[in-house]
Amino acid sequence: MPSVTKVFRNFYRDSVSLMQLSARLAKLPGLSQASAVMASENNLALLREAGQLAGAVDAGPNDLLIVLTGDDAPTLEAAMTEAEAALYEKPRSGGGGVRQEPPRSLEMGLAALPAASLALISTPGDYAAAEAMKALRLGLNVLLFSDNVAIADEIELKRYAESRDLIVMGPDCGTAIINGIPLGFANVVRRGAIGVVGASGTGLQQVTCLIDRLGQGVAQAIGTGGHDLHGDVGGISMLQGLRALAADPTTRVIVLISKPPAAAVAARVLATARDAGKPVVVNFLGADPGSIRGPNLHPAKTLEDAAVTAVTLLEGRTPPALESHAAAAADRSGLAAGQRFVRGLYSGGTFCFEATMLLAEALAPVYSNTPVGTAKSLEDVWRSRGNTLLDLGDDVFTRGRPHPMIDHRLRNDRILAEAADPETAVILLDVVLGYGSHRDPAGEMAPVIEAARRTAARAGRQPIFVGFVCGTDNDPQSLARQRARLTEAGMRLAPSNAQAVRLAMAIAAPGEVRRS
Amino acid sequence: MKLFTDALQVLNVGLSSFADSIGEAGGTALQIEWTPPAQGDRAAGTALAQLVNRPDVEAANRQAFAAYLAAQPVLEGVGVACDVLPGMGARMILHAGPPIAWERMCGPMQGAIVGAILLEGWADKPQAAAALAASGKIAFDPCHHHAAVGPMAGVISPSMPVWIVRDPTHAHRTFCNFNEGLGKALRFGANGKDVIERLRWMASELTPVLAAALAVLGPIEIKPLIAQALHMGDEVHNRNAAASSLLLKRLVTGMLKSGEARARIASAVEFIAGNDHFFLNISMAACKAMLDAARGVPASSMVTAMARNGVDFGIQLSGTGNRWFTAPAPVVDGLYFAGYSIADAAPDLGDSAITETAGLGGFAMAAAPAIVKFVGGTSDDALANTASMGHVTLGQNPAFTLPPMNFAGTPAGIDARKVVDTSLLPVINTGIAHKEAGIGQIGAGITHAPLACFAAAVTALARGLTAT
Repeated sequence: MPSVTKVFRNFYRDSVSLMQLSARLAKLPGLSQASAVMASENNLALLREAGQLAGAVDAGPNDLLIVLTGDDAPTLEAAMTEAEAALYEKPRSGGGGVRQEPPRSLEMGLAALPAASLALISTPGDYAAAEAMKALRLGLNVLLFSDNVAIADEIELKRYAESRDLIVMGPDCGTAIINGIPLGFANVVRRGAIGVVGASGTGLQQVTCLIDRLGQGVAQAIGTGGHDLHGDVGGISMLQGLRALAADPTTRVIVLISKPPAAAVAARVLATARDAGKPVVVNFLGADPGSIRGPNLHPAKTLEDAAVTAVTLLEGRTPPALESHAAAAADRSGLAAGQRFVRGLYSGGTFCFEATMLLAEALAPVYSNTPVGTAKSLEDVWRSRGNTLLDLGDDVFTRGRPHPMIDHRLRNDRILAEAADPETAVILLDVVLGYGSHRDPAGEMAPVIEAARRTAARAGRQPIFVGFVCGTDNDPQSLARQRARLTEAGMRLAPSNAQAVRLAMAIAAPGEVRRS
Repeated sequence: MKLFTDALQVLNVGLSSFADSIGEAGGTALQIEWTPPAQGDRAAGTALAQLVNRPDVEAANRQAFAAYLAAQPVLEGVGVACDVLPGMGARMILHAGPPIAWERMCGPMQGAIVGAILLEGWADKPQAAAALAASGKIAFDPCHHHAAVGPMAGVISPSMPVWIVRDPTHAHRTFCNFNEGLGKALRFGANGKDVIERLRWMASELTPVLAAALAVLGPIEIKPLIAQALHMGDEVHNRNAAASSLLLKRLVTGMLKSGEARARIASAVEFIAGNDHFFLNISMAACKAMLDAARGVPASSMVTAMARNGVDFGIQLSGTGNRWFTAPAPVVDGLYFAGYSIADAAPDLGDSAITETAGLGGFAMAAAPAIVKFVGGTSDDALANTASMGHVTLGQNPAFTLPPMNFAGTPAGIDARKVVDTSLLPVINTGIAHKEAGIGQIGAGITHAPLACFAAAVTALARGLTAT
């Protein structure tokens, strides 16, 4: 293999620079070996030993020697030109200032932001409990958005937090508003005198948005995560939140939101609520209102009722109705004979729960992938039958897919499928705004609703779209803009989930509604 | 609840859009660049979570770090291994890194042990020496188990001379062998006649002159000497040019006043002047002294040793005593001398990472920007490396200041918890030995301590503590 040498007289470079240069040259295509050295006796001997240098070379310790071995003469020539250029290269200029590591741990983060008081954790569930424990040990409150955290870990975290006057919101806590700042999936609501503690993220969103719409504001909205009121956990976070709001001078009315807790937990929560020293509105979705009794306690059947009751208590008078639908909203004259059923396609689990509860009280049977009350389980979740309400955020639909509040594709496909079913009278939809949600849900849904209506019209039918938008005008998506676009697409909008469900029933089964 | 009384500032771990939303809504959020701690080892991650900001661990680390800072190692003299090393057996050979059996040792370490057996006269041919080593009749033990350290193979046999470093603060002595210079050397596994003869010359000619000089001069304070060298471009691991010169400047006076023969002094001076790494072995013994002071504080997560035997990389923690936590030693992707490549390299080898453990070497890279070029970096990278190590250490050593960092002390006292939590791995400047015995150093570079050692250490530390 040919080789070439070149001597640079009285040209000193330190050995490290030369080793770098050698390494760089050796990587050039077509080169098998490259050495750049000061031509000391020792270095020349090394080159000879390595078989890179044959014969004598006229160079001394003050001379720089480059030896290249490679495929052919042109390759070697090009490489030597590059070597020379490298020797005369100017050093890269320093950028000035020491490059800083980004914070890689909560501890580093706390050093950079020493006034931090909360860690918002949304890592995969496998690591979430450890991060939460670190945060607590560093004196931080925790909002644990992650799910799939073991119940034993949840209990350990919450007990540890409680002993240090810290709170763990979650695991599986989607929503909170602390000191006016929305966290996770949350809406931009007015600040005010109503404090809310909720085990459900969408429940918190509905109640806080309706409070805003009724002209009042939110002091704090504390999420507890969905497992907090299980018997094993004992409602630690809800009790902490409740006590904190009781002690908070800004909060004048408290709202609690949960599915019915374990009996012992409910008793403890209600006992604490009775001693809160201020009115407490209790919405245990689906619970017997008779079970919620005592001084300070005000049961609310629906999320809307909870918001209205709280505002009534605060203002000392009933607020004006959110908005009444024109009688035309319940107009069913366009329905064909076979169009009989409600098909609810929900992105919010608590909305689906509330809707199933309300619908199943009036109609039977009602099917759902997440049945409650007298509703029945839908065996094939991909095919609706009768009145069907689906929680599209359920694991069975979200496996390997983003949540339907973020990615509308799954729900859009299902809208088209339901519209094509001649038995569908009403397609019932929730639209959730706020941080975390899709930046333009109406923009995603409206064209699909329009297409579904056109297709059905060609078949001589007109399915009716009913829905509600959970949000405020100050949300990044703007409630007014979203409502306008959906109305334009033909959706009949109610102010709340409960009213949307009632409207859907009035259209699909007018004879039954009086019973509810 | 205090949460409501302070302005909300949030540390966001996970989905970065949540931090963006908080900012958009008028709040303050800092995004953490999070990766699963311990590369997803959940047991280690859980153990770590139990140790973060834990009062007993914090107190133990303060105590261990204070002891490290309080150590004042002095170069006291020269001794013979079998006379001065605690627990040194008559048929014992010490080596670098965590414990390892003869069969598993890397080429350079086996070569060095063969050389030591020849030097001791326990065999007269390399083959016989290797057979003796394999026979089980020679005890092998880590230097670290005898208050000693050694670079590369780190081989110390009973008759070898050793530096004696004393820390009067803790009434403790530490030891290191003598640096033979570059090229064919025992520490790289060379064991030819010239190597053995040089070792004999060092024992019979060099070290008596050094001992005599030190007797005249009295003990030499090592920390001020290191501090001065840091201001002259050394990091006293892979660059010792300034420190070796400073030491020689001191020793020459002592030698000349000692009454030793002029010819003997001349050859000693010539030997030392020809080896820019002469000071390395003193640096190592001094670092060992500082870290031994921090040993044995229950619950402390401070690292007291990082050492490699060419097969395993091992660390020890103050709070877990003499237990080693090991992982496979990495091969160093550095710069290689002409004719050699990474394929020729032995995995990371030697006790010299004791310097990084003490906040020098790679941790003091800001003082020695020349070193960072081994990985093609700039002097900015040198500063960044030192700054980065500040995130995995307990504090700074004010005795060792860094001019380019506004005279901040070097980051020191590696906290195993922080290594696991941040995945920022301790940076080590190191020489690279050929994997075959006797060829010698073939390059140098920058490497990182493997995370698995720290994950195992943190797990063990947590297991040993009661829950709080």
